[in-house]
Amino acid sequence: MTITEFTPYSGAIGGGLIGLAAVILMASAGRIMGATGIFRGLLTTQFDEAFRWRLVFIVGLLIGTAWTGLFTGAAHNISFVSNTYMIVIGGVLVGAGTTLGNGCTSGHGICGISRFSMRSILATCVFMLVAIITVFIVRHIMGIA
Amino acid sequence: MQKFFVLISGLLFGAGLTISGMVNPAKILNFLDVSGQFDATLVFVMGAGLIVTTFGYQLIFKRGRPFFDTQFHLPTTSIIDAKLIGGAALFGMGWGLSGFCPGPALASLVFGYQQSFIFVAAMIAGTVLVRLIPQSTRLD
Repeated sequence: MTITEFTPYSGAIGGGLIGLAAVILMASAGRIMGATGIFRGLLTTQFDEAFRWRLVFIVGLLIGTAWTGLFTGAAHNISFVSNTYMIVIGGVLVGAGTTLGNGCTSGHGICGISRFSMRSILATCVFMLVAIITVFIVRHIMGIA
Repeated sequence: MQKFFVLISGLLFGAGLTISGMVNPAKILNFLDVSGQFDATLVFVMGAGLIVTTFGYQLIFKRGRPFFDTQFHLPTTSIIDAKLIGGAALFGMGWGLSGFCPGPALASLVFGYQQSFIFVAAMIAGTVLVRLIPQSTRLD
């Protein structure tokens, strides 16, 4: 178990930037900023327009993260609590779940709720609750990580 | 011109995820650990994100169409089914196990940690796995 510092100010600033990113994507391309849909759109062999804007977005995401990381030291502020099994199983579940449920924290949690989408509000409540229960079971019942 | 703004959007998304600390799985897991090492940062991240997006979307939707496209590309379905709920539940389980959701996982690749690459590879596997299931036998 790793103790992390409660950082409401940088949290709110970062959250505001994420919101701004979502607004700019909608204003320019009319697209929902969902990491799931954007990433899934790259797993294709058709390099059409739908592929290209997603690729540009992901390139921006990587550059933005690397660049900001240089100033904030974020690279050294990453700790992996979960073991490799949990990372692998977690990854498969996240991939499968976000594909079936058509969205994740950004698509449903930010963009969907902002449009007052009932599907997104419900999906967000479900994944938050299940994630909280999962962490409870892993940490406090099984005593791992 | 559209691509330029898409790039800016991606840059800001990455900057926001990094500044807010959401690229750190330990921070996410502590947010989810409400009865233990609770770190409420994510509430402020989502809160600020939702305020900006809700007001921003209102302004843009009032305009009728995006600046560099002929129309908005919004989800049309409003059906609440087992696929949506089951998918969200599976995602929640994976998120709780790893502390990673798709956006931060992809972003964290630039920091070069082995775990990020393992997670993204597993995420691709999970995505492809669901796609391999024939449409007719899926939950919907």
